[in-house]
Amino acid sequence: MHKHISEQYDNDLQTIRDLLMEMGGLVETQVNDACTALVNHDVELAEQVREVESRLNQFEVELDDQCVSIIAKRQPTAGDLRTVVSVMKVITDLERIGDEADRIAKMAIDLLDADILDDHYSGFKAIHSGVIKMLKRALDAFARLDVENALRVIEDDHDIDTAYKKLVRNCIKQMENNPDKVEDYVSLIWASRALERIGDHAKNISEYVIYQVKGQDVRHASSLDN
Amino acid sequence: MSQADTPGSSASSATDNEAGASTGLETSLEVNNLSLHYGDKQALIDINLGIATKKVTAFIGPSGCGKSTLLRCFNRMNDLIDDVTITGSINFQGYDIHDTRVDVADLRRKIGMVFQRPNPFPKSIYENVAYGLRIQGEKSKAIIDERVEWALKSAALWDEVKDRLKDSALGLSGGQQQRLVIARAIAIKPTVLLLDEPASALDPISTLKIEELIHQLKDDYTIAIVTHNMQQAARVSDYTAFLYIGEMVEFGETDTIFRNPKSKQTEDYITGRYG
Repeated sequence: MHKHISEQYDNDLQTIRDLLMEMGGLVETQVNDACTALVNHDVELAEQVREVESRLNQFEVELDDQCVSIIAKRQPTAGDLRTVVSVMKVITDLERIGDEADRIAKMAIDLLDADILDDHYSGFKAIHSGVIKMLKRALDAFARLDVENALRVIEDDHDIDTAYKKLVRNCIKQMENNPDKVEDYVSLIWASRALERIGDHAKNISEYVIYQVKGQDVRHASSLDN
Repeated sequence: MSQADTPGSSASSATDNEAGASTGLETSLEVNNLSLHYGDKQALIDINLGIATKKVTAFIGPSGCGKSTLLRCFNRMNDLIDDVTITGSINFQGYDIHDTRVDVADLRRKIGMVFQRPNPFPKSIYENVAYGLRIQGEKSKAIIDERVEWALKSAALWDEVKDRLKDSALGLSGGQQQRLVIARAIAIKPTVLLLDEPASALDPISTLKIEELIHQLKDDYTIAIVTHNMQQAARVSDYTAFLYIGEMVEFGETDTIFRNPKSKQTEDYITGRYG
């Protein structure tokens, strides 16, 4: 892509992309920390996640403001327009991933004294590692405008959905056998549900990559047009 | 200077153009394989496109790309320039406009033109608008009165000038003068209006008034507009053609051109990048 005649315009666009990646990095850390806190019964880490959440909200406000400023000053068109629109959409997804991480951290605190066998965390761990892979790949794809990787994220979302359903089935079985642990297993389901939602947001981010590069809106499309 | 084409014979060839020059709609002007030379210098290279009826078609591109030259082809304004050679055809109402049977004065009556700088005659506001009708031999004051009022109303100028129709047109502001010139152009009820950067010499408010006027006029007229202001093209037009060094690089729906152009050259131009 050639440079803009106005170098400041290039800088403005680069700034929002950089800030978005920074926000993405923080979100990724939040998700990892929240899941680690849950599995390791680490209350400090869980509380840290809950504190950092407010920084994500600041990111959201600042980035939104910069995007609006670009629209007002530059009236972006074509690829520039799609970049600004995509960034604004991705901000929302990242902020919501932050909310889900916060929810997992809250569940981690609820589960501190839970008597759940390590085995039963394995389903959660599997979803965690799958979702983090999706999120990393989605953010990478966004940074590199890499449609191929974006498409892989969209495909991977099916696996997460399947793994989540399996975890819910297992948890229900445990609840039937151990009625006194229903509350703990409900918390675990809630935390897993939050992870599954994070997978959906990673999928959304990938869809904006495709929109940005190809100008095609693939949201809600039953089949992808390559 | 023209290629003697059988009138209307090549109306379908525009659809073959790589730039996707057919809108699929009814067209008022059909440009086929149009090339133009100023002496040895080629200013337009094999242009093919259709100007859709009662739609606004915008021509954008850097200075010297040929957009004004192309617009001037539509009512044979280039005839007035020495050493111009044109090949290809422009079909209008069933004939190539270069056909010997076409009366140029009549063509320009049907295809009116408005220029960058408002050019009212040094006459009264009323006489400016009445001028075309008088040239056509209209004698009835009642008919002329009626038409002047209609044209000034259509050009969204009536309310501002109705009490001073006898005043000199030169006393109007630039924006008013440009609307007066548009009123003068539509007073003789053309089919097509050619606008060559009609708002580039105007302030932002007058510009918006002209844009609003264009939006209203397309109910009755086919409009082709050349503009340097890309946001203006995006706002007022239904179709946009991007020209670069005499060639039509891309032609399509304005929404598509400004959101997701096919050509990288178009993208670079409309996003303000070094080409």
